[in-house]
Amino acid sequence: MPEIPEDCLYTREHEWIRIEDATGVVGITDYAQESLGDVVYVELPNVGDRFDAGEVFGNVESVKAVSELYMPMAGEVIEVNEGLGESPELINQDPYGEGWMIKVALADPEETSHLLSPAEYADFIEEEAEG
Amino acid sequence: MVERTPLYQVHCALGARFIQFGGWEMPVHYTGAIAEHLAVREVAGMFDVSHMGRLEIRGPDALALVQYVTCNDAARLRDNQVQYSALTTPQGTFVDDLTVYRFSHDHFFLCVNAANREKDYRWIFDHIQGRDVTLYDVTRRYAQIAVQGPAAEDIVQGLTDVALDHIRTYWFDVGEVAGVPHTIISRTGYTGEDGFELYVPMDRQMNAEWVWDRLLEAGKPVGLKPCGLAARNTLRLEARMMLYGNDIDESTTVLEAGLTWIVKFDKGEFIGREALLRQKQQGLHRRLVGFEVLDRVPARDGYPVLIGDEEVSRVTSGSYAPFLKKNIGLTYLPIEYTSVGTPFKIRVRQRTVDAQVVPTPFYKRKK
Repeated sequence: MPEIPEDCLYTREHEWIRIEDATGVVGITDYAQESLGDVVYVELPNVGDRFDAGEVFGNVESVKAVSELYMPMAGEVIEVNEGLGESPELINQDPYGEGWMIKVALADPEETSHLLSPAEYADFIEEEAEG
Repeated sequence: MVERTPLYQVHCALGARFIQFGGWEMPVHYTGAIAEHLAVREVAGMFDVSHMGRLEIRGPDALALVQYVTCNDAARLRDNQVQYSALTTPQGTFVDDLTVYRFSHDHFFLCVNAANREKDYRWIFDHIQGRDVTLYDVTRRYAQIAVQGPAAEDIVQGLTDVALDHIRTYWFDVGEVAGVPHTIISRTGYTGEDGFELYVPMDRQMNAEWVWDRLLEAGKPVGLKPCGLAARNTLRLEARMMLYGNDIDESTTVLEAGLTWIVKFDKGEFIGREALLRQKQQGLHRRLVGFEVLDRVPARDGYPVLIGDEEVSRVTSGSYAPFLKKNIGLTYLPIEYTSVGTPFKIRVRQRTVDAQVVPTPFYKRKK
């Protein structure tokens, strides 16, 4: 079973966000990295870029495919995980830790109603797997 | 209707992820494409390639038919020898690329691409034209397992009394493997490594799983891994082997693909001979070249290729190359841009990246 930490919220496109006060850290889920396979390249935005919830903020590429990354919540990018440039495999090895992608100053930290709880996300991927 | 190989359940049990390829549901990777790729380069990997099409031509005119529908010279084959070749259209383009096995002058066996199997059968059938032959689709009579890599010979040798060191590259023998008689043991592959393709007769349904499990058992202690289509694709790309539907198809000629060595004009008449001869005499306008991306971003299949601001082509195959640790690919370029070192650009989403023509194969194993 893929790992689904209790301290994150999730999108239906398999991103996670961990909210601390007015800041959110964003990455892709264990389920996502496993489906993608070995990640070889990540394209991330610049510090200062602003995105709405649901907007594409970058791409993640495995040996076999390119997938777009979707912003879980609106906000401004305040930090990018530069380590992924040299070591994109961190996304496979530690998707919720060293494989984080961006830190975001959230426009509205309370606006989370469109996101999935860990339990809801677990149900969601189960349904998706059953297709 | 998607087809499954006799090894489908085995792949499920091994935790494979699947994709559809050529009408088949095939493992794309088990643990990870990069580790699988490196296992083949360094030790060994095994692949279920049962999705490949297998055809048989039998009868007194078998050689004559093979000679007419393919561009390489099958008359140079001796019994138990294999040849890479192409089924050509009258325009000298590819109906398919394939390997031709000679069992005897009146018995040939063809290994063709999964997606082209029915097309090839029909194409060959339509060109029998009174020759005394019978054409069979024997795809379902075999499972096909490739064992590839420097340790492949040792691993397979542990399961057979056939002396594998007597089978040279692009030759085959028939014998018992893991107790399954009449297995075709072919020293061929699609990875750029030494190795074997085993055609396991399916007269008993259990044969495929049995041989697969024995190979895995024998190979696992030394580092053999089951490998999926993702690794198969990057391995063949590093070795500059063609993927039908990407690098070659009915719009590209055998000469444009750089496969001049499989076109034998002196062998007599064959479909496409005149067109290819004309193209050879008049000179090529474009040719398939290998390139390296001078950027960390992979240039993938279908990305536009630019010279100046003009789109001249598309990437036919492009990927991160796990052994070379570079982004490489293939594309057709106008002939004046095909020399090694020529710079050009590739559009990757909203930006363009630098690339240059490099020598191929990208990877060549040490003998």
